Amino acid sequence: MSTTQIDLETAVTQAKDRLDEHTYNTVQRHFHDSTGCPFWLSKKSELNFDPLTEVKVYDDLKKFPLFEDDWLRGGPVERWRMKDHADRPTYVFETGGTTGVPKSRVVVDDFRIDYEVFSETLPDQYFPKGGNWLMLGPSGPRRLRLAVEHLAQVRGGISFCIDLDPRWVVKLIKKGWMEHLEEYKKHCIDQAVTVLTANHNIKCMFGTPKLIESLCLGLEERGTTLAETGITGIFSGGTEFTPQWTRYCVEELFGGPPEESGIYMTPTYGNTLMGLACSKPVTAEEKYKISYYAPQPRAVTEVVSFDDHNSVVGFGETGRVKLTTLTSEFFVPGFLERDEGERELPFATFPWDGVSGVRPFHEIAASTTVGVY
Amino acid sequence: MLEIPVIRWGKPYESLETTEVVHFNTGELIAKVSSANGGLVSRDMRKAGEARKILKQFSIEDLIAKVACAADLFENETLPLGSGTQTADEFVVHQSASTGLPEHMCRSNMQKNCFVMRNMTEILQCLTRGLDLDILSRGYGMESRGVVVSLQAQTPVLGAVLPSNSPGVHTLWLPVVPLQMGLVLKPGSSEPWTAYRVASAFEKAGIPKEVISLYPGGHDVGGALLTACSRSMIFGSQKTIDQYSGNPKVQVHGPGFSKIFLGDDCVDDWEKYLDVMVESVYVNGGRSCINCSGIYASRHTEEIADAISQRLGPIEALPPEHPDSGLAAFTTDGVGKAILSMVEQDLQADGVRDATASYGERLIEQARCSYIRPIVAHAANPQCEIASKEFMFPFVSVVKCPQDQMIKAAGSTLVGTAITEDMGWIDQLTDATSIDRLNIGPIPTNRLNWLQPHEGNLIDFLFRSRAYQMPEEKVAALVAG
Repeated sequence: MSTTQIDLETAVTQAKDRLDEHTYNTVQRHFHDSTGCPFWLSKKSELNFDPLTEVKVYDDLKKFPLFEDDWLRGGPVERWRMKDHADRPTYVFETGGTTGVPKSRVVVDDFRIDYEVFSETLPDQYFPKGGNWLMLGPSGPRRLRLAVEHLAQVRGGISFCIDLDPRWVVKLIKKGWMEHLEEYKKHCIDQAVTVLTANHNIKCMFGTPKLIESLCLGLEERGTTLAETGITGIFSGGTEFTPQWTRYCVEELFGGPPEESGIYMTPTYGNTLMGLACSKPVTAEEKYKISYYAPQPRAVTEVVSFDDHNSVVGFGETGRVKLTTLTSEFFVPGFLERDEGERELPFATFPWDGVSGVRPFHEIAASTTVGVY
Repeated sequence: MLEIPVIRWGKPYESLETTEVVHFNTGELIAKVSSANGGLVSRDMRKAGEARKILKQFSIEDLIAKVACAADLFENETLPLGSGTQTADEFVVHQSASTGLPEHMCRSNMQKNCFVMRNMTEILQCLTRGLDLDILSRGYGMESRGVVVSLQAQTPVLGAVLPSNSPGVHTLWLPVVPLQMGLVLKPGSSEPWTAYRVASAFEKAGIPKEVISLYPGGHDVGGALLTACSRSMIFGSQKTIDQYSGNPKVQVHGPGFSKIFLGDDCVDDWEKYLDVMVESVYVNGGRSCINCSGIYASRHTEEIADAISQRLGPIEALPPEHPDSGLAAFTTDGVGKAILSMVEQDLQADGVRDATASYGERLIEQARCSYIRPIVAHAANPQCEIASKEFMFPFVSVVKCPQDQMIKAAGSTLVGTAITEDMGWIDQLTDATSIDRLNIGPIPTNRLNWLQPHEGNLIDFLFRSRAYQMPEEKVAALVAG
């Protein structure tokens, strides 16, 4: 066994120990009467075990039933606020909501912490400290705008924001108003181009894949390129972030890999319920394979069997993505994402399981509208 | 197993995403087809103007000759296809294996495509109503009656989102290259074969490969193609038609709802026309928009339905290679069953009778596919839901309807065959805007004369007639020159 392998095994063990300890502390906090939120304190009485005494390590979370995201719909939203956060300024962020009642997540500090953790993974060469940012994506009831703004501020920059309302986009698609959709997209891109060409020293950006593509094409139509606007670092996310799309983006829209084009893009995976899973660097040598690693121990992603949601599949095998969130203000013990993928091996930077090939879960894929913005 | 790349202006591009084309009966993997993404299409379309520039280096006559040469290659030769080659026989086998269409029907569609490629001069004459083809190339010219005319090209390329299950529709886009416009095609997921083989034959016949792009892929590719091309055609369902109706950039081809109308003056002799009715319903496995899905008559409808049932009801599902195979397989799991349940629901309505009920089970489920044997329904009036339905197998409603109500009751009709000699009614049928192609007399709905324009004249779609004034001396030079 090589030194590297021994180092990795040690790192994996240490990460596991850290996760166990973090799990214990998190469960203690969420189920203690002095700190827990009304929802979990009430739920405790329905459980056939005592989380305070019977959850000692991460694997003990299997004792909980699967988390149902419907629990997050409707009010009162205060039932999710931790008792010791009662006096803290509180945000509510929503996900979904094109039709019906959206899912809500109450947040005090989590979005800032999540993006501070994410900031540590960004290479300064391409995401220079002090550089300004462009946030090109949904704001409104979502956390993304505030989160990206905080990320920019943490890195010493200022974030310019262009809004996009995904609920309206979904409606346009469902109504078949494709011309309106195109016009709305152009409306967003026109604003982005204006900001990017107005001498604001913007070096970094967040953009959804579709908007990044439209932005690059929009800039080309105006006789310029993304590189010429000064952008060097991009982070993006979404299940439409496929290897083929990434390859197209890097090779054709950016003009080559970071060493040639000067533009570095990092895919991310996440939603309002978790932090931001980062990706292993994506390279042509690995056929633009995208492997995500959750920000353990604050969140964990596992690839579990389609039939048994408590069993992880073997490395390289396909299963459903299961998410666990363990922060001091939000506890989600085992939520089945609407995605599937392949289980990936730990590696030095992230010595825990990853997931690659993320795509809509095959049983619901046909009825799901993804990648609309 | 063939590996088929995306073709971007003639250059192969191997995508990181592929879809598998499998034999519907054996499950054998026939090909892995690269999947494009919408962005590739949008980006490539910026160079669409080059395709027309390249093609304008050839005369239309020259291109017509090359396309005729391509017909021979398409029909007979071994042609390059992705990582390998494909013979003409393999083409037929591949197409049948992935679409479920019997092999002899695939061969017949192949011949139909070849006919169009070989008779391009006549077809363009028909589509342009005899216009000097140089006028299309130059953009203006002198008509035979001595008037300056201008037809302005509205696009450098035609885009087309092609279907998976109807290999007969390709004739619609074949005249595009001779009109000096490039082709941007999204082949159907189960039928990449025709588009690739035509492209290969065109290249071998001397048409520059840089004028054709082929983008297999998902819905985003179709969407990007329709957005990026100034003129494109799409084949789909009624929903697709509704979605694009009124969009001048898109020509939509969907269900045909083709019909036969028996006039009161001829209906008592209905037995004389039984062959016409049976052929119209049954040919090509009932899969075409030009297959008849409704037969309208004021009397004898019960007997007509029973007589057609007697001919079609006993037809069995045969293997695709069988020369008598007349039914096409549904190759997607559950589709046959789902379609039959829709038909059965309509058959239960008041006033509807299943005339094929006594000919045994209609759904034939096999290990990897299913078939629906022909169904003939009798509808006591045109208000019965089933009278307005069309399905992808030999299906027809025989509808009892007074002659003076037929045109209105029949609604949208791609091909209408009216069997009558009643001049007053013929005038009404001629004026009916709900009927696209009109046959007067016992002509099966499927027998198209290629020297008549298909629905949505391609020339009207791709060119715009406009005013073009010149000083008289220039007109004279034009005439002289």
